[in-house]
Amino acid sequence: MTWDTEFALSVFPELLSAFVRVTLLVTVVGSLMAAALGLVWAITQRSLGRRSLPLRWVLDFIRMTPIPVQLLFVYYTFNNLSALTVGILVFGIHYSTYMAESYRAGIESIRKGQWEAATALSLPPHRTWRAVILPQALRATLPSLGNWAIAMFKDTPFLIFIGVLEMVTVARQIGGSTFRYTETFTIAGLIFLAASYPTAILMRRLEKRLAY
Amino acid sequence: MIHFQDVVKRFGDTTVLDGLDFTVAPGERVTLIGPSGSGKTTILRLLMTLEDLTEGFIYVDGEPLTHELRDGKRVARRPRDVSKTRRRIGMVFQQFNLFPNMSVLENITEAPIHVLGKPKQEAREDALRILEQVGLRERANAHPMQLSGGQQQRVAIARALAMHPEILLLDEVTSALDPELVGDVLEVLREIARTTNITMLIVTHEMQFARDVSNRVLMFDSGRILEEAEPDKMFSHPEHERTRRFLQAIL
Repeated sequence: MTWDTEFALSVFPELLSAFVRVTLLVTVVGSLMAAALGLVWAITQRSLGRRSLPLRWVLDFIRMTPIPVQLLFVYYTFNNLSALTVGILVFGIHYSTYMAESYRAGIESIRKGQWEAATALSLPPHRTWRAVILPQALRATLPSLGNWAIAMFKDTPFLIFIGVLEMVTVARQIGGSTFRYTETFTIAGLIFLAASYPTAILMRRLEKRLAY
Repeated sequence: MIHFQDVVKRFGDTTVLDGLDFTVAPGERVTLIGPSGSGKTTILRLLMTLEDLTEGFIYVDGEPLTHELRDGKRVARRPRDVSKTRRRIGMVFQQFNLFPNMSVLENITEAPIHVLGKPKQEAREDALRILEQVGLRERANAHPMQLSGGQQQRVAIARALAMHPEILLLDEVTSALDPELVGDVLEVLREIARTTNITMLIVTHEMQFARDVSNRVLMFDSGRILEEAEPDKMFSHPEHERTRRFLQAIL
């Protein structure tokens, strides 16, 4: 096995472009969407108590069906949406159900006394959430949200089911036609690393900022 | 004035309060004593709307708190109305329950700013003045975790006072403190009792404090008021054998 630097460099632009246009886009927009929706699910469930049962079923249903099935279902049901949009929506919604569970665990870790103090001060619900509960709950939730975002990152090759070529698929195609898998996947791996490492540092900073 | 009318509180099959009736006059300091499970803490929690009232009514200055009689029917009041009445009441908890994500000052100004709508600067000045009263002005920017239990409890008292309540509920406020820190907290409360006319409902095991501060002591047993008297009489010559035994056990 030989290493061909020139070849490695030559595939770099194509891989990077696939990475940025698909993998990064889907992961970033999808994660933000999942984080926002997940929070909505968690707060709704907590606020509605037992009346949130139907929502719970829907979330369980989404969580327990595979992503390829959801991709194909949404893609063929809403055929006016572009494949990339479908990808972002499905990943965002799918992972929001996982993130909702993480938020829920974080919210449940807040001692009852905090809610009671908020009631005793007559803080309105939105203020109780924003000023008291969430700042404390997010501290416990953030690492796990980061993990779900990474899981989403790693699930992006599923996009091939609806014909979207993200970086790993492109790398496989290049490897298949040139038989130079080593260079291709080394570059692909380095691109992943270059993206995840700064993200990890960013998450750590965010966690530190939330510490008190 | 606080008025409990036919108040019943059940937790599942357990009846904690059974048809309770009593009134607390404005400015009065009432200490509630009794064995654990006798319902005294539940009374404070019902007033603070931390528990649902099973039956009956609670009135604050004639205004219904959580339930009212409308066309002969007992109906729950809207959360917004409850909140308005509840603002006259403040509470200090056994476990302090300060918000650990906020500084001391933020803990105290949060509700005045976001519930009463006070301008920030005014809320800040008021908070610092109250902190001065509880002897913690220099710790305004500290975080609760950096304070001792006694200091945290004094901040919690300041937080309740910043809402300028007419009624202050004190739920075993020294029970979670190391013995040597109890004195400072009680001193602050004595000072408040001396310099304000805030109505106080006190659940405590500190009998000397109860004697010094309160006008009236209610002895609870099994969800009923077994007897009530002025502190001197209650602590020296209780009427009931049950009360005598209880006082002997805790003194």
